[in-house]
Amino acid sequence: MLTYIEMLEQDVRFHEGLNACMNCGVCTAICPAAEFYDYDPRKIVDLVQSNDNEQIEKLLKSDTIWYCGECMSCKTRCPRGNTPALVVMALRTLSQKLGFFTESEKGRQQFAIKRTVGENIFKYGYCVATYAVSPEMHREQGPIWEYILDHTKDIYERFGGHVNEIGEGPLRLIPDDVRDELKNIFEVTGGTELFRIIEEHSKEKAEEMGIEYKDEGIDNDYFREVFKANNQKHTI
Amino acid sequence: MKAEGKKRIWADYQKEIADDHFFYVRSCIRQSFFPGSEQFFLHFMRDVLGKDVFENPSHTSCTGIGYHGDIVPLRTIMAVVARHFALMKESGYKNIAISCVTSFGIYTEILETWKHFPEELAQTRDDLFKATGREFDVPENVAHTSDIIFKFRNEIAEKAKYPLINITTGEPLNGVEHIGCHYAKMFPKHGVGGAEFPQVLSGMIERWGGRVVDYPERRHCCGFGFRQYLVQANRGYSLSNTAKKFESMKPFKPDFVLTNCPGCNMFMDKWQFTIKEMDGTIYGEDGQSIPILTYEELTGLVMGYSPWDLGLQYHMVQPEPLLRKLGIPFDPSEKFRTKDGREMPVPHNLINT
Repeated sequence: MLTYIEMLEQDVRFHEGLNACMNCGVCTAICPAAEFYDYDPRKIVDLVQSNDNEQIEKLLKSDTIWYCGECMSCKTRCPRGNTPALVVMALRTLSQKLGFFTESEKGRQQFAIKRTVGENIFKYGYCVATYAVSPEMHREQGPIWEYILDHTKDIYERFGGHVNEIGEGPLRLIPDDVRDELKNIFEVTGGTELFRIIEEHSKEKAEEMGIEYKDEGIDNDYFREVFKANNQKHTI
Repeated sequence: MKAEGKKRIWADYQKEIADDHFFYVRSCIRQSFFPGSEQFFLHFMRDVLGKDVFENPSHTSCTGIGYHGDIVPLRTIMAVVARHFALMKESGYKNIAISCVTSFGIYTEILETWKHFPEELAQTRDDLFKATGREFDVPENVAHTSDIIFKFRNEIAEKAKYPLINITTGEPLNGVEHIGCHYAKMFPKHGVGGAEFPQVLSGMIERWGGRVVDYPERRHCCGFGFRQYLVQANRGYSLSNTAKKFESMKPFKPDFVLTNCPGCNMFMDKWQFTIKEMDGTIYGEDGQSIPILTYEELTGLVMGYSPWDLGLQYHMVQPEPLLRKLGIPFDPSEKFRTKDGREMPVPHNLINT
């Protein structure tokens, strides 16, 4: 069986992200996540380069790897050319492949991202589309957003849009044959398989936690749980 | 130091930006939240400058939000982006113009990955052909659409109707520029001025008569953080980072914030509303919040376009305080109208109205 480091080495981002860390901590100093979370990218990189399989497994099952915002500020500043965020991205991918992500509150949130952004890609051809940003889930968008949703066609047409119609412009309908190409790409490249893994392990976790789960959509208790749960133990 | 040596050092911070014949790729976020900006860019390029900008309606999301939400694998997004390159090749274009900083970061990361790991490029060629039957070429020139506006900033200055001057005091307006993390922090050579001396937005503000505000958290992230905003439980991260930036810029009395990335624009607009709702904090002067503008919106205002044709009324923070400082006349009754001029209801509880 491969060690976790050997598995990580199969990801080009791990090669790009970690040469040799000298533990200076510049990444932590610049990190927006370290500002507010109990999070230290220096420690993550140090732990990974220790090659301690047992400790890396703990990391893969922890909340810690899910605190990074992937702003990549650490890439600019590392004096050794490392990118802790790329190491984190490789760790997150591995955590999902191995089904470890459901062991932490923050890791379980992958299910919510898959059921929203992930499914938008196939449904609409966009990660984010106006009609998929509901005011109930996004109160910060304020009254202007409710107004835009109430008058979508009129507003976007003024700005060259073809809302849910074939043509150029914002919110145009992405035709079925184009979305089929996207689905084929996901099938060939492992994107569909990652979606399947997220679903499978989330379903298992929901059963273990005794929370209602549905095979589709966001109207189920497990989605609401992972989307909103916060044990208030994540900050400094 | 001799001038030649200086030129050699600064060469690393220059960026070659194509002059014409662009394949345009829209942004999920810019088209959803600031559709007037994309419309203005196309109008400006085609009708004002007479450039050739082609949009193929079959292009899709780059899936970058999914990639940075860690639900889309690298191999998958490389093939999605390769499909865009295939559409560009099929349409006869070699220069790509990208309307989103997240996408721009994705494109540059993928191009650099293919350079460092040629086997990944070969894999992507196989994947795309197997999935779609398409083949692609790597673009000759990669520009964010703000790079292109920067390139033509002098032409814009020559047409300026409303330079960035306070008409009451005669002083330059204070502009905060926010270039967005994925524009140049990952691959500085792809950004104008790199990561250390980014010029893409400050070059616009200064050329059009304004003063760029320097403040301690100038390069701090807007707070998006992908999963840190996408999932409700994490939004304290996003809000707190935005608050950190605004607290830092507040003493410098910005008249406006100019953004590069549509996501940053949305967050800095909407979190100002949220913070005001939460504890009453307002970051602008005289009880007004700070208008947040895209570079297309600022270009349009400077050139004398109606703020309502640019879509500024669809921000949470309304632009009236800035319009008054610039001396731009506006008719509030024209704000909310359809394409054919029909009057729409007026939304309530917006900021700065």
